[in-house]
Amino acid sequence: MLRLTANAVIVLLAGPVVAGLLFVFLPAFGYAPALGQHGFDLSAFANLLETPGLTRSLVLSLTSGLITPLVALAIVLLFLAGAQESHLGRTLSRAVSPLLAVPHAAMAFGLAFLIAPSGMIVRALSHWLTGFDEPPDLLIVNDRWGVSMMAGLVIKEVPFLLLMSLAALPQIQARERLAVARTLGYRPVTAWLKAVAPALYPLIRLPVYAVIAYASSVVDVALILGPTNPPPLGVAILRWANDPDLERILVASAGALAQLGVTALALVIWWIAERLITRLVTSWIDRGARSAGDGVFRWIGLAGMTAVVALSALGFLSLGLWSIAGFWRFPDVLPGALTLKTWSTSIESMGEPLLNATMIALLATGAAIAATLAALEHEVRRGYRATPFALTILYLPMLVPAVSFLLGLAVAAAFVGIRPGFWPVVAGHVLFVLPYTYLSLSEAYRRMDPRWFAVGRTLGAGRSAVFWRIRLPMLLTPLLATAAVGLAVSAGQYLPTQVLGAGRVPTITTEVVALASGGDRRFIGVWALVQALLPATGFILAIAVPRLVWANRRQMREAF
Amino acid sequence: MAHVLALSHITIRREESVLLSIDAVIRAGEVLTVMGPSGSGKSTLLAFVAGLLDPAFSTEGQVLLDGRDVTHLPPESRHIGLLFQDPLLFPHLSVASNLLFGVARNAPDRQKKVSDALAAAGLEGYGSRDPATLSGGERARVALMRVLLSEPHALLLDEPFSKLDMTLRNEIRAFVFERVRAAGLPTLLVTHDAADAQAAGGQVIHLTR
Repeated sequence: MLRLTANAVIVLLAGPVVAGLLFVFLPAFGYAPALGQHGFDLSAFANLLETPGLTRSLVLSLTSGLITPLVALAIVLLFLAGAQESHLGRTLSRAVSPLLAVPHAAMAFGLAFLIAPSGMIVRALSHWLTGFDEPPDLLIVNDRWGVSMMAGLVIKEVPFLLLMSLAALPQIQARERLAVARTLGYRPVTAWLKAVAPALYPLIRLPVYAVIAYASSVVDVALILGPTNPPPLGVAILRWANDPDLERILVASAGALAQLGVTALALVIWWIAERLITRLVTSWIDRGARSAGDGVFRWIGLAGMTAVVALSALGFLSLGLWSIAGFWRFPDVLPGALTLKTWSTSIESMGEPLLNATMIALLATGAAIAATLAALEHEVRRGYRATPFALTILYLPMLVPAVSFLLGLAVAAAFVGIRPGFWPVVAGHVLFVLPYTYLSLSEAYRRMDPRWFAVGRTLGAGRSAVFWRIRLPMLLTPLLATAAVGLAVSAGQYLPTQVLGAGRVPTITTEVVALASGGDRRFIGVWALVQALLPATGFILAIAVPRLVWANRRQMREAF
Repeated sequence: MAHVLALSHITIRREESVLLSIDAVIRAGEVLTVMGPSGSGKSTLLAFVAGLLDPAFSTEGQVLLDGRDVTHLPPESRHIGLLFQDPLLFPHLSVASNLLFGVARNAPDRQKKVSDALAAAGLEGYGSRDPATLSGGERARVALMRVLLSEPHALLLDEPFSKLDMTLRNEIRAFVFERVRAAGLPTLLVTHDAADAQAAGGQVIHLTR
């Protein structure tokens, strides 16, 4: 198994994506033997173009794909520039990492409970400011332009980009760069923006592109917070794919190609903007101003990050309150009565989705970690490092809109006789978990001093003994952290579960998202909390287990 | 059995340029000291003899242990022990488990060998300790005992005293050489400290860059 090469991992990742795209191309151009379509024509595209609201759907997806990463990146960069060393900054940084584990859907519902016309914010204001007796008639959640959807995406992507940046900063000697710039007379924020940011951005470019791809093709958050009629393209595609009229599947395929185009367009626009901004920033640096809006930038960064943390935390609080709320009148800030009835009713129907979610997460994460270890071990033995090309492939499932290749993958699976169900869902989750397990484990793997293995070998241990008796135990802490990340990624997946399971493999996440249309806040509160609980358990174990196991091994506790 | 380590007409190249050439025989209990500035390929030589050399290097010549050509054997089959600058005690194992790691799996009385080794190093009762709680000198002694427990037929020392402070260095140096002679091991020492060479008392080869 350890002979599995890095190339095999690449095939494992790129293969399904490519196959998925191929099998979305064919039906889009009219070739779908299963539906009795053998010709090649453009009628699917013609039908697509006639779909009412298509332009709005396309525009929504494109704007979401550009504005979400722009706002999230601005918050992260200005926060890093302005909040370094400050007490509040460190507190916020610590508060952000657990947010990464919260599934998109739970976060989106939390935000919805806060900002809805009958949500916590309006309730709190009604008493002393607005004096509302009933919820204002405003379309805040599901607004036509997708503002609340983008807000939901931003508060979920900021933690992702912040943690990616924090991991990259030591690589570029950020502290030293900053010190040099400050001794040359640059004010702190300006110094950071001029001396650190230009080196940081290339290292977080791929994560930023992943945010663009996700935000431009989002489905789960869009189902909860996004506009409904017309919805963003990703949601529309899923609707067509599930339409009882089988001809709509061809339209869904054409839509999936259009989605590919929209995401590609967003990436191209971003890429062009990158070139322009690089030029502007270069001349801005060369002009040599020592201070440029230091106070304003610091304020924006801190305010943005505080808003992200506060909205997430309060959203969570709202979920918790609704889950135990009995009678709750508007505009009361707190429920009039508390009850565990919603929990006890929910738990009865939670067994299967919870078991499915847990099994899928464990199996997908186990497989992804095994493949990652095999590839890394092979790399170390052969002494080569992953090339930039390989890294891009690794990000492929995150860069190609999931809704596009998953639809094709489902068709491809049907083509070779694989019926939708539990195992295809597990395989689909591996695709999305693997990039994260690889990125998270490869750094720890390569950082290990090779002399540990030299010592082991010269003491008479063979390669595999060294792997099992030295490498794995010494990597226990990062392995558990990686497993927790993998579980969190899997537990939050909506699309692969829905598409590859044909809706017949219920997990907590599919049930949570399905609740969006019903709108019973008490049940949403319970299920969204359970959805967040699953990854949280993983992270708590990942922190607690090494402390117990290495209670008497000081260097192992300090190593990571 | 008296062991002999022969470095027979060895030349190590990196990208066509010769890094070092050496031809020497080390008899049982003898220490051959190889000296040279950093970058002269001292550690590369040890990696080659141990079987840990990066394939980017090309090599000629043979490593003969008791007349047997071990040049193409994997490191775990060579019976050549290696000590680094750092003791490199496995941080996830107790002191006793570190020592046990060295003892062959099928050896009789493995536990007794470990407790004897601890006693010989003046570390009775240290078996269950966390290696991180040991002093620098104690760790160095455990590291040596771990190598000796693997019953090597030859020993390689990679500047093993350079990270110890002066007083400790003399003590550990005496401890190591005494054990090496008692075990009758042919030993290859690389160092840039002339005092090491003097204490080793064997032949000295100077490498140049």
